[in-house]
Amino acid sequence: MLTINQTLEEILTLAAAHFKVAREKLAPDDDFFRTLGINSLQTLELLTRLENHFQIELPDYELQGVSDFRMLAERIQARL
Amino acid sequence: MLNLDQYSSLGAALRDALDRWGDETCLIESDRDRERTRLTYSDFKELALPLARALEDAELHASERAAIIMTNQSKWLISAYAIFYCGGVPVPLDYKLTAAEHLQLLAHCKAKIAIVEYYLWRAMMQSPEFKNLKALVLVTEAPLSADLAGAFRWEDFRRKGNPIFVPRKREDVACIVYSSGTGGRPKGCVLTHENYLEQCKSLTAWYPFWPGVRYLSVLPTNHAIDFMVGFIGPFVCGACVVHLRTLRPEFVRDAFVRYKITHVSLVPMVLKNLERGVRAKFEGLSALKRLFLDYFVALNKSFTRGSPNVKLSRWLLPQVHKAFGGELVAIFTGGAFMEPSTLEFFYELGIPVANGYGLTEAGTVLTVNDLKPFRADTVGKPLPGVELRILNPDSEGIGEVAAHSKTVMSHYLDDPELTAETIVDGWLLTGDLGRFDGKGHLQLFGRKKNMIVTEGGKNIYPEDIESTFEGTPVKEYCIFAANYLWPEKTLGREILVMVLRLEEGQEFTTTLKDEIISRNRRLPDFKRVGGSLVWEKDFPRTASMKIKRAMLAEEIGKSRERTAVIEL
Repeated sequence: MLTINQTLEEILTLAAAHFKVAREKLAPDDDFFRTLGINSLQTLELLTRLENHFQIELPDYELQGVSDFRMLAERIQARL
Repeated sequence: MLNLDQYSSLGAALRDALDRWGDETCLIESDRDRERTRLTYSDFKELALPLARALEDAELHASERAAIIMTNQSKWLISAYAIFYCGGVPVPLDYKLTAAEHLQLLAHCKAKIAIVEYYLWRAMMQSPEFKNLKALVLVTEAPLSADLAGAFRWEDFRRKGNPIFVPRKREDVACIVYSSGTGGRPKGCVLTHENYLEQCKSLTAWYPFWPGVRYLSVLPTNHAIDFMVGFIGPFVCGACVVHLRTLRPEFVRDAFVRYKITHVSLVPMVLKNLERGVRAKFEGLSALKRLFLDYFVALNKSFTRGSPNVKLSRWLLPQVHKAFGGELVAIFTGGAFMEPSTLEFFYELGIPVANGYGLTEAGTVLTVNDLKPFRADTVGKPLPGVELRILNPDSEGIGEVAAHSKTVMSHYLDDPELTAETIVDGWLLTGDLGRFDGKGHLQLFGRKKNMIVTEGGKNIYPEDIESTFEGTPVKEYCIFAANYLWPEKTLGREILVMVLRLEEGQEFTTTLKDEIISRNRRLPDFKRVGGSLVWEKDFPRTASMKIKRAMLAEEIGKSRERTAVIEL
């Protein structure tokens, strides 16, 4: 099983590819709404990509209150 | 559709609808590409009545309140109907609020029953205010092993036998819908059966539903719009409502095709997202295909100048319409500022978009475009039965919009003072600034009140989020809508600004800014403050030390420019 840091790293790589930004521009504690300039709907678009990658199902509500990659990694880790 | 004039309550109308449309499909619930539920009106009745019987046993009496906190799904509507059946008053709460906010509103409305989705219940159980919860709670979809802290499983909360239908009068309270006030003064709009029945009648007069209509319910059902057009309206017409358990854009797009959606209501944020997707597809077309597309779009535009003709548009632009399921009749939009270019984009493709305007206090919708002809620059004309006035118009004819209609709420729950300020001589003061054009269309130009409306259609009042910044190391602070400080007679550029009064000798350092940003992040993205402004004087206060917001705003607006706001 992946460690939380590995999960986090994979999320950052996937998010960078999905939103077409350089990986090094994203940090674990970044508020992704600010860093990526996206809205909540656009963050939902990332979920399917994450589900396919980690082979899990993430209900939309798992994103409620989540605004940084570290917190997102914790939610995913709990379902691995 | 049912003749709503003959009903005195929503419960009575729904009860007849379930019998009248028995074999028609009323609800479809889908999760990703899996269909979870498909119910006929008869199935719906069979599921709702044992719940009503159990609520009856739990002594839910006429006029007593039962809150619903759930994402959009069939259990939401089944629960609401069961509550109406007992004569109870559903209190739909926004599922996106925090657990503490849910508990605060449950206490404010004195809910006797609360029907809560499991993941929300889990959060509520961990909240410090949980110990004060008095309602009997039914939890949906809880895992069998879950400890529910005394709550009941919704799925098991059933009793055999026939419940007694409790009749209500038109003037009785039907629902309490909170339009804001989680952090400050709760604004619980008390809406009567008359409000809803009249609203439904006037909306369906312009945009009727019928058996065979498939309405995609994307906006939260706790919102007055979806409650009306995603529940009451379709049900009294024998139509079908489609719920999606995930609102990811790709599944919403799939649902249009899979369920051949005919009607949908979308907030600007979702509509703009759809536009982005369609435009991206167009950009991927070869030059030749693009040329053909542009030609047929222009042709469609000229043929539909006077009014929509969806059949012709489908024939002219089959691929575009196929992507939306091929049976789309209308998209309703409103709730926030909508860029005219987005409305025009869809209309030119032959997808009628009806832009409207309303507020919970008005029982949902006041105006909507009738598409005769299509107008992207207005929020339409008053619905039948709605009278609008422009109060104290300026030289350009712009003033506050006031509404008089049988759909206007009765009052704010437990707040006669606020009610008296909001409904004056039977006219609802909307706080929105507007003007009528020569064709009777309403155009909006901003707001008189201190609040913003997000692209997602959420009303955010500064008072509701100020407590998040408690403890910020400054002398005092106050939050305003930027357009309240600097009225612009426009909508769309809406942000909240935190005005800071620093201590003597204190400076606005990076550390202070980071402290504010960190607190800001505790708020959901749509509630966040967009900028800050340092103010050099002490805030004016009343004898009871409350900030005189209007006076402070006026002073700031006069002596500072909007450009002085530092982005957070």
